[in-house]
Amino acid sequence: MKARVYVTLRQGVLDPQGRAVLHALSSLGFDQVRDARIGKYVELEIADGPRDEAEKAVREMARRLLANPVIEDFRVEIPGEGEAR
Amino acid sequence: MRVGIVVFPGSNCDRDCARAVAEVSGRPAAWIWHKDRDLGGADLVIVPGGFSYGDYLRCGAIARFSPVMEEVVAFARRGGPVIGICNGFQILTEAGLLPGALMRNVGLKFICQDVHLSVGDTGSPLLGGYRPGQVVRMPVAHADGRFHADAETLSRIEGEGRVAFRYCDAEGRVGGPSNPNGSLAAIAGIVSPGGNVLGMMPHPERAAEAILGGTDGRALFVAALSRAA
Repeated sequence: MKARVYVTLRQGVLDPQGRAVLHALSSLGFDQVRDARIGKYVELEIADGPRDEAEKAVREMARRLLANPVIEDFRVEIPGEGEAR
Repeated sequence: MRVGIVVFPGSNCDRDCARAVAEVSGRPAAWIWHKDRDLGGADLVIVPGGFSYGDYLRCGAIARFSPVMEEVVAFARRGGPVIGICNGFQILTEAGLLPGALMRNVGLKFICQDVHLSVGDTGSPLLGGYRPGQVVRMPVAHADGRFHADAETLSRIEGEGRVAFRYCDAEGRVGGPSNPNGSLAAIAGIVSPGGNVLGMMPHPERAAEAILGGTDGRALFVAALSRAA
């Protein structure tokens, strides 16, 4: 099964990459963009098993390695049956 | 007295540090391979600069889980002196030995230039070769050197006198345009509560002999080596 981990910068953490993207979008004429923040997306292929255990393990992976809690938050998604994989 | 220099895949300042150690002490440093599970009896550990594990994920994030880092952390917790330079500083923050994080430079560019630093009043023996307020010059070479910490952590670091170096101009004026990477409070280096762990983005080993263009980094090695003796 797949697990998706979204790693995003915590609120208040300056994101110069996001700011550069914001400026680039603005120079392309997309004036409606108010802010841009760059994060990371990690896709994991997990051995099949109970979903709750997988989610617990992935959260632990995110906490210990995939995200740095000093600067980043994370969100874990494990798509269920019938959802897009 | 034994100095151990940790070598990760991608370290590239290890030999520069070894050269500085040998120049100052007249004795060679020992390499500590990242897969080692002991420090070879080192009395002082240097985590050098470079691009350990290609800076993948985050700078220092993967190196921090190398087998040897468990030993480095235990050594530091026992009060052993540890110096992390550049990527070494990033690794020490990822390992939780020092607070905060080093993020992408505010200008998004890799910066390779000499900077001036104002020495803090930390009381750390590792900085015993400098006077508080002294202005020293040494190079930085990094893309991810912007020190960040939350407000509470910053006030703790400052309140406890743990700022080792701040970016300044040649006259010692801190911050403003002399802050090359946008670091919070112009912080270039910090120490642990006990003062035995030092992390810094600038490279003292690249300013340890006149032939390198500067000698201000030498006092750091002199102090660290005399403490570890």
